[in-house]
Amino acid sequence: MSGIAFLLNGTPVCVTGQSPTRTLLDWLREDRGLCGTKEGCNEGDCGACTVMVTDAAGSRALNACILLLPQLQGKAVRTVEGISGPGGALHPAQEAMVSHHGSQCGFCTPGFVVSMAAAHLNGRTDHDDSLAGNLCRCTGYAPIVRAARASEDAPVPDWMREDAAFFSAQVSPEVRGQAAPGTFCPASSDELADWYLANPEATLIAGATDVGLWVTKQLRDLAPVAFLNGIADLSQIERRGGQMHVGACVTIAELRRAVAPHLPSLAELFRRYASEQVRNAATIGGNIANGSPIGDGPPALIALGATLHLRRGDEMRSLPLESFFLDYRKQGRRPGEFVAGVSFAHHAPDLRCYKLSKRFDQDISAVCGCFNLTIEGGTVTAARIAFGGMAGIPERRGSRSSAAGLCMERSDGARGDAGDGRRFQPDVGHARLGGLSDEDGAEHDVALFP
Amino acid sequence: MSLGKPLPHDSAPLHVTGQARYLDDIPLPAGALHLAFGLSSVAHGEITGMDLSAVRAAPGVVTVLSADDLPEMPDCSPSANDEPLLAVGRVHYHGQPVFLVVADSHLAARRAARLGKVSYRELPALLTVEDALAADSRFEGGPVVWSRGDAGAAIAGAAHVVEGDFPVGGQEHFYLEGQIAACIPQEDGVHVHSSTQHPTEVQHKVAHALHLPMSAVRVETRRMGGGFGGKESQGNALAIACALAARATGRPCKMRYDRDDDMVITGKRHDLTIRYRAGFDDRGVVQGVEFTHLFRCGWSLDLTPPVADRAMLHADNCYWLPAVRIESHRLRTNTASATAYRGFGGPQGMIGAERVMDHIAFALGVEPLAVRRANFYRAMVGAGASGGSISKRADTQTTPYLMPVEDFIGHELVAELERTSGYAARKAGIAAWNAASPVLKRGIALTPVKFGISFTLTWLNQAGALVHVYQDGSIHLNHGGTEMGQGLNQKVAQVAAAVFGVEAGAVKITATDTGKVPNTSATAASSGSDLNGMAAQAACVTIRDRLAAFMADKHQAKPEAVRFADGMVQVAGEAYPFERVAAWAYQARISLSSTGFYSTPKITWDRVKGQGRPFLYFAYGAAVTEVVIDTLTGENRILRADLLHDTGNPLNPAIDIGQIEGAYVQGAGWLTTEELVWDGKGRLATHAPSTYKIPACSDRPPVFNVALWGRENREETVGKSKAVGEPPFMLGISAFYALSDAVAACGDGSVYPALRAPATAEALLEAVERVRGE
Repeated sequence: MSGIAFLLNGTPVCVTGQSPTRTLLDWLREDRGLCGTKEGCNEGDCGACTVMVTDAAGSRALNACILLLPQLQGKAVRTVEGISGPGGALHPAQEAMVSHHGSQCGFCTPGFVVSMAAAHLNGRTDHDDSLAGNLCRCTGYAPIVRAARASEDAPVPDWMREDAAFFSAQVSPEVRGQAAPGTFCPASSDELADWYLANPEATLIAGATDVGLWVTKQLRDLAPVAFLNGIADLSQIERRGGQMHVGACVTIAELRRAVAPHLPSLAELFRRYASEQVRNAATIGGNIANGSPIGDGPPALIALGATLHLRRGDEMRSLPLESFFLDYRKQGRRPGEFVAGVSFAHHAPDLRCYKLSKRFDQDISAVCGCFNLTIEGGTVTAARIAFGGMAGIPERRGSRSSAAGLCMERSDGARGDAGDGRRFQPDVGHARLGGLSDEDGAEHDVALFP
Repeated sequence: MSLGKPLPHDSAPLHVTGQARYLDDIPLPAGALHLAFGLSSVAHGEITGMDLSAVRAAPGVVTVLSADDLPEMPDCSPSANDEPLLAVGRVHYHGQPVFLVVADSHLAARRAARLGKVSYRELPALLTVEDALAADSRFEGGPVVWSRGDAGAAIAGAAHVVEGDFPVGGQEHFYLEGQIAACIPQEDGVHVHSSTQHPTEVQHKVAHALHLPMSAVRVETRRMGGGFGGKESQGNALAIACALAARATGRPCKMRYDRDDDMVITGKRHDLTIRYRAGFDDRGVVQGVEFTHLFRCGWSLDLTPPVADRAMLHADNCYWLPAVRIESHRLRTNTASATAYRGFGGPQGMIGAERVMDHIAFALGVEPLAVRRANFYRAMVGAGASGGSISKRADTQTTPYLMPVEDFIGHELVAELERTSGYAARKAGIAAWNAASPVLKRGIALTPVKFGISFTLTWLNQAGALVHVYQDGSIHLNHGGTEMGQGLNQKVAQVAAAVFGVEAGAVKITATDTGKVPNTSATAASSGSDLNGMAAQAACVTIRDRLAAFMADKHQAKPEAVRFADGMVQVAGEAYPFERVAAWAYQARISLSSTGFYSTPKITWDRVKGQGRPFLYFAYGAAVTEVVIDTLTGENRILRADLLHDTGNPLNPAIDIGQIEGAYVQGAGWLTTEELVWDGKGRLATHAPSTYKIPACSDRPPVFNVALWGRENREETVGKSKAVGEPPFMLGISAFYALSDAVAACGDGSVYPALRAPATAEALLEAVERVRGE
């Protein structure tokens, strides 16, 4: 069958006749009359449009403004209208938001409520992280966090569990198909490889956290498009031979969890990668293939000596990640070739990643510095150092003994004083940055180059 | 009694369930059209050609309007008739609307608007304060100067002098709901929905544009998703465009700006450079001070005169300035026209006063709070403690504009905050901590706020209300204020309910509507509850008095013996439910509807001389903020904030605390991460939340103690409360001076940090290097 089938607030729907780049937000508001989900920025930076999406991997908060309808194939969507229960029963987060005065103008409130309900369902209590992608201009956040804390211990309402039950019971792969004209939704990387070779002008869409803005801000026509979110074999993380092999469609949220035990500094960098909603959608393949000089993934992976795996038809090739970037937003990808995955050392005890941004959370790096040292007997015997946000592409900057420095420079002055992003660079090697979140502020200096 | 209860916002249950209806959620009649502006791509230029054929041919486009299509161009300005809806002949800033697309969907209109081919002969663009000064490009002919005494002579005779240039950035409002309006044609007029703080002005401007009497234009505002001053005048263009397009097509029209367009087109808080020179004695007591405010106002007048005036009116903050000269330049530049923003110039004036205090303390090596105290206005006996009127005493000090400061409570309030925040001990602890911490440095500052309450344009200090009691006892209320999240309707409902002795929930307040309450002032200047609460109270009292007379007559009692409490009406030993009394009164043909009106007493203001009593009273507050900075990167965090703020007898303490917390974070944002960047072509580089950074969740102080002063207003305000919308915004100034304190800790005390605002990581690094002599 043709169409996009998913569960909306507990009711099955099948959407047909839509442009493949129609956003969930526009469809909810304009076609379904579900106006609780708000448009604040239309670029995934404010969270007013947050919805909860559930699939076999679990429930997560996503930004509906940059979520394209075909991405919902076979999933369940819950909007703020579905966070309340039958007969209008309030969710504990909703009750707490009322009693703790968590809303003022109320425009951001539905997005907050959905983020809070998703975090509550998942047993999360790291409210600053789970709400970093929701902006509020009225309250100063204090009463919202009070409400989130107050509802932590309330039981999850029955209706919030129904979406997961729906999956275990009813979803079958048959719902997939051609969601809309000019749209391809491959189920495997083999299918994608064949199709992309035949349609090399196509746009590949994984999380749509960047491509979504081509649609909502640049107003581009993207057809033909392929949606990669159904490709199971590109969504795997495996550990083999000291390497972590990560499929291109692994989300930043999943990767953050995977690297946490052995690469804690990288996990901390990923904690500050965009916001909860964006990390839940964005993929590591997209982060690399998009080639932005301010992406936080590549500098860390370059410091880890990552190898990029590309596929074109049946042909696979691998190359050092840094040699993939040719020019500003231009990569060494041939027509019909796509990023299949990336592999890197799964353990690097002295990797340290530092991010400087205008705002601590949910901001793009002014500069991102990643240092991977090998220290033997108190001596640095090897070092790979990479910076993000410094140049259009990775650039080799001489060496310190055996250490290789690589820099990427940002392209505009909006994230720091124009042309002065370099101000930070000399300092990055000498002190521990980003350590100011601790309440006591008692951080120790780490001299990397004594 | 509903007054003073910490009840939730009346719309809270609707907010949390997504049922609260904003303008874009209102279903429009079939056939509605959607609008988008085509924008100027240069900052200053003559339009030499306009090819809109591709726009007209784009899918879904119904019509396209430009100056060539309109015999006369409607004006959008709130002040000077200098803002044509669409550029006529010349563009004055990058992003100025040049043509208007009317299409069958929002997306179709946006797509088509990008297809216009407009050619320009570019002219030199004045982008900075320096550019405008060099070209003598300014509003109001020349600088506005107010002075008292001979400041120059006082400074020359003083033992010490500090001076400096202090650049202070602007601020994007970032209301979560963008600008939006809709217009539905009626049989002999128009019905306009507008997300505006000023429905009457939208009514006036639309009527003017369509050549209709104001009576043929009805403007309705249910709620805004945030305003902060950004919807005082900036919504006019959308409403006028919708009205024009609705007349041209005969169909309902709606317009909302995409976020990027909103940030590019609309005005922001005025940025400025403050030049200051102060002379003082060995204790830091100011002998004389001169301020020069260099405001970058953008291309049109908008609300610049009252904003810049208010900056002058707050250049003293809490400090007695025996000799003072304030010179204010309102510079015209080729940028979006700066506009109202919470505080309305007050924050810009006040941060200059605090800069002088901070600089004096540094110069003398004295604890800054001691310097602030030494300069405070004289304490008034009984001020703020009781409502008794204090006549002008011989020793009452006056502001630079000669208003007696009769209600100064700064001494007591600051003493209380100093105690509850543990300021002195923490200050000592920070010094010890810093001595042992070479890279991270902490700082702390206590800054006070004194903010004048009333519109400085005196005639705006009026309000109306309309109250109906229905025969079932339910109460319907309208007033002239607008709800933008500040809880105005909840407060007014509590005022009305208190008059009738019923629960606040029994009072229903519906959309602000120019057809119900006419000739309203903007909901601005923190005045919403002061003005509209009083007007609503007057209307309710009128009806209650009729009910009391009626019931007294029935029971041969005196009207003043009739009591309204707990939902009951008590008379002659009997008690009847309010709804039964309403039904009886209806059957007895008693009018159960009334208007109410209020105009603020006592105020008088001569703007030319800069003298008078522009304010009914002052609202006070103070804040202590502690911060830590990384001296290698400039990264910084607020660690703790303690706020103590004066809202008189609060009408609703929960809503007041919400205003204070939110205002503090917004004020701290203005002075830290919220940096507006224009490129050399006058293009706003920070035109989306990806690049313009308002505080996020983790930016709030992790330790955040907020308390209300809780003593009644000595003036006869509604419930003896004080206005709360704007004053606590300036509590955020303490974060800035805490950062300055942390920077100062990096040097040897010889070089003043001279921190610029906003104190971004880069600004902090610069200042650290400065004090270290690097």
